[in-house]
Amino acid sequence: MSFIFSLVAVTVLVLVPLVGVTVADLRWLFGVVVPYAAVATFLIGVSYRVLKWSNSPVPFRIPTTCGQAKGLPWIKTNKLDNPCSLPAVIGRMFLEVFLFRSLFRNTRMEYHQGPKVRYGSSKWLWLFGLLFHYSFLVVLIRHLRFFTEPVPMWVQIVEHIDTFFEMGLPLPGPDGLYVGLPLLAQSGVILLAAATLLFLRRVVIAQVRYISIAGDWFPLLLIIFIAKTGIIMRYVLKVDVVTVKKLTMSLVALKPELPADPISFMFYIHIFLVSFLFAYFPFSKLMHLGGVWLSPTRNLVNNSREKRHINPWNPEVKFHTYAEYEDDFREQMIEAGIPVEKEA
Amino acid sequence: MATQTPKPQEIAKGLSHQPPSENWMDTKPEFRSGMYCHPVKVASLEGMGGAFAREWNPTEADWKLPADWKGIVKDGLKDRLRRFRSFQVFMDICVRCGACADKCHFFIGTGDPKNMPVLRAELIRSIYRGEFRTAGKILGKLAGGRKLTEEVIKEWFYYFFQCTECRRCSVFCPYGIDTAEITIIAREILNLLGLQIDWIGTPVNACYHVGNHLGLKPHTFKENIEYLLGDIEENVGITIEPSFNRKGAEILFVTPSGDVFADPGIFTCMSYLILFEYLGLDYTWSTYASEGGNFGFFTSNETMKRLNYKMYAESKRLGVKWILGGECGHMWRVVHQYMDTMNGPADHLEVPRSPITGTVFENAKSTKMVHVTEFTADLIKNGKLNLDKSRNDHYTVTWHDSCNTSRGFGFLEEPRYVLRNVVNNFYEMPDQTIREQTFCCGSGSGLNAGENLEQRFRGGLPRANAVQFVHEKHGVNMLANICAIDRAALKPLMDYWVPAVNVCGLSELVANALVIPGEKAARSTNLRGEEINDLREEAGLEPIEWPEEDEEGGEAGEEGEE
Repeated sequence: MSFIFSLVAVTVLVLVPLVGVTVADLRWLFGVVVPYAAVATFLIGVSYRVLKWSNSPVPFRIPTTCGQAKGLPWIKTNKLDNPCSLPAVIGRMFLEVFLFRSLFRNTRMEYHQGPKVRYGSSKWLWLFGLLFHYSFLVVLIRHLRFFTEPVPMWVQIVEHIDTFFEMGLPLPGPDGLYVGLPLLAQSGVILLAAATLLFLRRVVIAQVRYISIAGDWFPLLLIIFIAKTGIIMRYVLKVDVVTVKKLTMSLVALKPELPADPISFMFYIHIFLVSFLFAYFPFSKLMHLGGVWLSPTRNLVNNSREKRHINPWNPEVKFHTYAEYEDDFREQMIEAGIPVEKEA
Repeated sequence: MATQTPKPQEIAKGLSHQPPSENWMDTKPEFRSGMYCHPVKVASLEGMGGAFAREWNPTEADWKLPADWKGIVKDGLKDRLRRFRSFQVFMDICVRCGACADKCHFFIGTGDPKNMPVLRAELIRSIYRGEFRTAGKILGKLAGGRKLTEEVIKEWFYYFFQCTECRRCSVFCPYGIDTAEITIIAREILNLLGLQIDWIGTPVNACYHVGNHLGLKPHTFKENIEYLLGDIEENVGITIEPSFNRKGAEILFVTPSGDVFADPGIFTCMSYLILFEYLGLDYTWSTYASEGGNFGFFTSNETMKRLNYKMYAESKRLGVKWILGGECGHMWRVVHQYMDTMNGPADHLEVPRSPITGTVFENAKSTKMVHVTEFTADLIKNGKLNLDKSRNDHYTVTWHDSCNTSRGFGFLEEPRYVLRNVVNNFYEMPDQTIREQTFCCGSGSGLNAGENLEQRFRGGLPRANAVQFVHEKHGVNMLANICAIDRAALKPLMDYWVPAVNVCGLSELVANALVIPGEKAARSTNLRGEEINDLREEAGLEPIEWPEEDEEGGEAGEEGEE
């Protein structure tokens, strides 16, 4: 159900700009208003959520320790899985955020009659996840070309590396000369492939399908459609990049202006889907991008025996004092020869 | 009750991990005997000032919830979202990748999809979305949101008392989402409605008013230990006179009270007594702070603080320099990650220094509390213990890492170092079942009751199965650990799944190996009163030729192999 709902939702999101631009000629709305509104929603929403999280207290120091703690000096500490200092936490967070350390541990439980419970290595989720996120990052960086003039060197470098395996198949150009295909960016293809694999995994693995809600299907489908429309624009429709850049640069300059030359409807679909993704981001699970940095089981030093951690709301509670205890049991204590504060 | 527990093969055959076809929001838990714990007694809840104490029964339709239960739950959730960054972040960022799904011992042992950690958290997350977030309010089930109903509360009670807060899922989660944290908060909220289980509520009340979970009054506590002293005298031949509530002792010793009461915990307790006597340690027991374990941890943060208070308060009253803690799992999570924050700073104490080796425990310089195993490891490292490992040769040992000391502390090598110095035969279980990936005994977080045996045996299946693996491969016959709940829970678990394997605390193996001045020439029986030569014969070892006994040794000699 939630999958069908998500598929319908994404389809509607494709049809809205298609109809809007081709039938109603709402190019200003889809080319200018929507992108601005989306970016504003993204910035305000993400800041709000992250500030809300970071302003909420961390009452206890609760790292999940995944290795040997710092203890007796002759016992070797596993600093990265059980950080005993700030640099070690930074190391742990780096591995977590950039290399998905915890996901790398993943195992697969196999149940056999007997009973025999066995555990196999399972790195697929880690691999798909890593490919997905890094190709997405490269795609984002490549798109900075549309928002900068001159294009910064580092963006060009990323682009150069990304198109390293050039697939310049010779094709006849409009004037009869042979021209190459636009350089094939691996990132776009990998993004589409990895998102598709993550999607298939969600469909095929019964338990994962069972737990999936619209909030899981929808962003995956949205991203798959974004990648597809991007690839279609680049390789099939060969949308005029120069015209697109005129529009995007005018957006950056806060002097929005629709270029005189027409831009393909596919561009409007693409930018609408991207806008929707941006606007949807702060309200969704995609906020794991911000949350992963703030997870108290990962980003705290495991030194709570060495250094006192302060709970800002440490509650006032009623204690049962020793005096009350002795009052309850004084006679028995004396009889049993246990020292008391007050003789009976 | 226990009589209805299915046979191991019945559980094994019926296990499937395939989820049903209907949506999880449309299924309800079945309160089947053996799979849930009894509600808390009215007197216990009232003793702690708990709200809405009443007689109720989970199998009946009417749970007699307070009139404004919905408001209480919603306010309770909001309040905790505000106070705990963990809870707020964990509600918001799960991507339901499913990495945690097959990591939970209860999921492995029951196949119940709501025991997948992700779904256990979704039980609350769905309410968070359906009641507090716009998309969930409008789209409902489609967006994974649902409304708060009595059925939801019943489901929470069933599944949040079917989680042992072991944190294994948290190790594998790419965002470190910790179901223990969610369960802790869920139980706090259930508490607001007076919904608590008796195996937690009654020990909590006893601990608060009497001093320990078992409700052993001061004289009884002392008598119990004196009873152990009698056994030590008989089996080891040394006389020990420990002190209670003694002012001016250097060290206060606190251990879970289960160790002064039940087999096999008592053998661990006897071992502490022997070790401290051997060292001539200037320490005292306390009848007031006679509980290391903290079942408050399984009810609410406030209750945990109320119970834990006694350790520092008593150390101050007695004027000791520092605190030594016995073998316990969740006690050490509380001591390590909560105590100083809640009840510190412990400025009345000194940075712990071993009076035997001079080692200063810098790692505990704020809490001023040292684990008996690191204390022992330091003794061994400094050559202060005369150990004869061969005295444990009839044991082939494997090591069970307790959840709390592994994933809430990182106490992995200290016990292994001690173990290697006191036994010759030690084999690890498979890598995916030890250290930070260790499996729970299935009875942690207050679920070690008598009425939920099936639940416990199912939850303990992954642990038991790993023991079975090394039992078959290496002939392991002893499962050692540093946790009182493990000692109590693993024994029936082994009897159920791997009957040939016994359970002991690490300190027991230390005491077995310890060559004690003044000990009986023939320590022909161990602390358990078992004939060592019988055990050696079972293990295929040559019997030991004991020297001639004098006086009291005669009794043991009569039954011994001649």
